[in-house]
Amino acid sequence: MKVRYPLFQIIDKDGNLTNQKYEDKLTGDKAKLLYYHMTRIRTYDQKGVALQRQGRIGTYVPFAGQEASQVGSALALADDDWMFPTYRDHGASLTFGADLDRMLLHWNGRMEGCLPSRKKNILPASIPIATHLPHAAGAAMAETYKGTNNAAIAYFGDGATSEGDFHEGLNIASVFKAPVVFFNQNNGFAISLPVERQMNSETIVQKSEAYGIQGVRVDGMDVFAVHIAVQEALERARNGEGPTLIEAVTIRFGAHTTADDPSKYRDQEKINRMRDEVDPILRLERFMTMNGMWDEEWVKQINAVIKDEINTAIEAMESYKKPDVAIMFDHVFEKPTWTIEQQRQNLLRVGGRK
Amino acid sequence: MVMSKELAESRSAVKTNSLTVIQAINNGLNVMLGKDKHTLILGEDVGKNGGVFRATDGLQEKFGENRVVDTPLSEAGFVGAAVGMAFNGLRPIVEIQFLGFIYPAFEQIATHVTRTRTRTLGHYNLQMVIRAPYGSGVRSPEIHSDSVEAFFAHMPGIKVVCPSNAYDAKGLLIAAIEDPDPVLFLEPMRLYRGKREDVPEAKYSVELGKGKLVEQGDDVTVLAWGAMMPVALTATEQMRQHGITCDVIDLRTLYPLDKDIISESVQKTGRVVIVHEGHETGGVGSEIISIINNTSFLYLRAPMERVTGFDVPVPLFALENDYLPTPERVSQAIRKVVNF
Ligand SMILES: Cc1ncc(C[n+]2csc(CCOP(=O)(O)OP(=O)(O)O)c2C)c(N)n1
Repeated sequence: MKVRYPLFQIIDKDGNLTNQKYEDKLTGDKAKLLYYHMTRIRTYDQKGVALQRQGRIGTYVPFAGQEASQVGSALALADDDWMFPTYRDHGASLTFGADLDRMLLHWNGRMEGCLPSRKKNILPASIPIATHLPHAAGAAMAETYKGTNNAAIAYFGDGATSEGDFHEGLNIASVFKAPVVFFNQNNGFAISLPVERQMNSETIVQKSEAYGIQGVRVDGMDVFAVHIAVQEALERARNGEGPTLIEAVTIRFGAHTTADDPSKYRDQEKINRMRDEVDPILRLERFMTMNGMWDEEWVKQINAVIKDEINTAIEAMESYKKPDVAIMFDHVFEKPTWTIEQQRQNLLRVGGRK
Repeated sequence: MVMSKELAESRSAVKTNSLTVIQAINNGLNVMLGKDKHTLILGEDVGKNGGVFRATDGLQEKFGENRVVDTPLSEAGFVGAAVGMAFNGLRPIVEIQFLGFIYPAFEQIATHVTRTRTRTLGHYNLQMVIRAPYGSGVRSPEIHSDSVEAFFAHMPGIKVVCPSNAYDAKGLLIAAIEDPDPVLFLEPMRLYRGKREDVPEAKYSVELGKGKLVEQGDDVTVLAWGAMMPVALTATEQMRQHGITCDVIDLRTLYPLDKDIISESVQKTGRVVIVHEGHETGGVGSEIISIINNTSFLYLRAPMERVTGFDVPVPLFALENDYLPTPERVSQAIRKVVNF
């Protein structure tokens, strides 16, 4: 299957071009755009881990190692496309246009943090594994129904392919040729379970064959390859050619969440040692350096802008008005039922907790 | 509490260890895997990782990969496989990582786990346990905090058990594993690493379907289970200082409910407060009210009160302590039934 679905790559880990066909797409501007977004979400991710350690937010889900997969895919979307992320894809959400302050509120346990983006169709992260894949199929079907040219993308991990909803989502999308991209990040682990024990298939991408849809296996540490593979899949979707299953082969550098200890189940030291060699951001840096696109001044400048943006968002998160207990009652229905209304009044009378 | 002879002996003569709830569960699993080679554990991250809460820590090392099995991420798959194993003579103990992730397996539970004995007229019974941590109050992410015991208490064909302390956790778990019918075993996450208790090292069981009177009083019967027990007890302690004394009953099994312990107490006090963290409408509390209506209506001296989670999805953690019943809300309810 690995022969049937060779890993699509454009630059290798040393930054060398390995696929001439796309050479003219690798412009300096494109490289800078991708580099900027990967750096931005990595800075945010490091901050997230630190905030959790300091007790300023709750359990946090780091995505370090997966920046090329998340940025490359998110930047391939058009403004009116739909994004269905998981809890690990906040890097992709932020890149597509999710609001940083709301994202942080979400990690801070605030219901306001689930408010969708102010600009884009980005759903709140799906926590029950694979349950959002049929939603992406349906949102895409609705676009076809309405006669638009818009598409949808669903993000999910290797573990998700074991759930029924993965298969049901792919099947229904394939039957109706829904304009949707199923974007899998195969980071090798579902919490402690290595992908080899998750499934007996050699690859995830081969599951596309069962549903008669296109499948692409891509180097998930190569931001150009991911970007172009998703662009091509979206193009097919918009042309009425139906869904694509993309398997982006990547690595989760750190813990599953800040509550997880990966040394319990894998050689974390080994992963720490190989990080620099396989790092997707360093790979792009190497490519940019070799091709005269690296500009030290510019890097300094964007780092300052990013730091500023993130610090401002943290301040906004921390100075956000105190949670209002009424919010949990007010949005269950358009008009609260009498039981909810009664419970709400009772709680407000008692005054909630002290 | 009336102790069985065996239990009394195990308490006096046998070695005990001071354990938390999670350690007692680990210990119960350890004892049963050691006793019965037909038992095995299935679930996500239960093997090498020892479970996300460490409930199965060390068990794969001790009993091997065939007895403590890391399954694919597939609740319908491994609950369904457990059904097949139980058809075929094994006694699977399944771990659902959080109760809020049991829903993919709802189909298997509602249409097979609960009905197999009936639809084969008793030819096949499913001796299996589904363990699931449940509940709010530990700053978990969304969906991880559900307390939906009522869905399962409503389903004919599965028993529902929920311990509130280490001693009961081990004893009820062993009883559940030995029960010839399926049992949903709910573990209060919030109490996992709380108070330690002396837990006998050997095998013992706490009978399913029996509640326990944990505090005696005259004025009000307070009924709770799992993570709401400490909340109820804090409230009744406060009330005691105001001269109001309560019977506090830990129901321990939610289906079948211990109707005798409920009615005996209610017929003494005539006043009832029920505390549960699940949503109010259709909660197990409604069923308790119905039992009291049937057994003790003429003894009541005030309308019964419920202090429950609200009819809203469990909020993200910034509001979880507002969603959860508090000692203040319980005290208020106690005052209300007393002052009626
Ligand atoms: C239905 C369901 N079952 C279990 C869980 C608990 N859980 C959270 S993340 C996770 C592993 C997911 O692995 P994968 O799909 O590979 O994605 P990754 O976390 O690696 O991004 C599990 C089992 C859940 N969230 N939903």
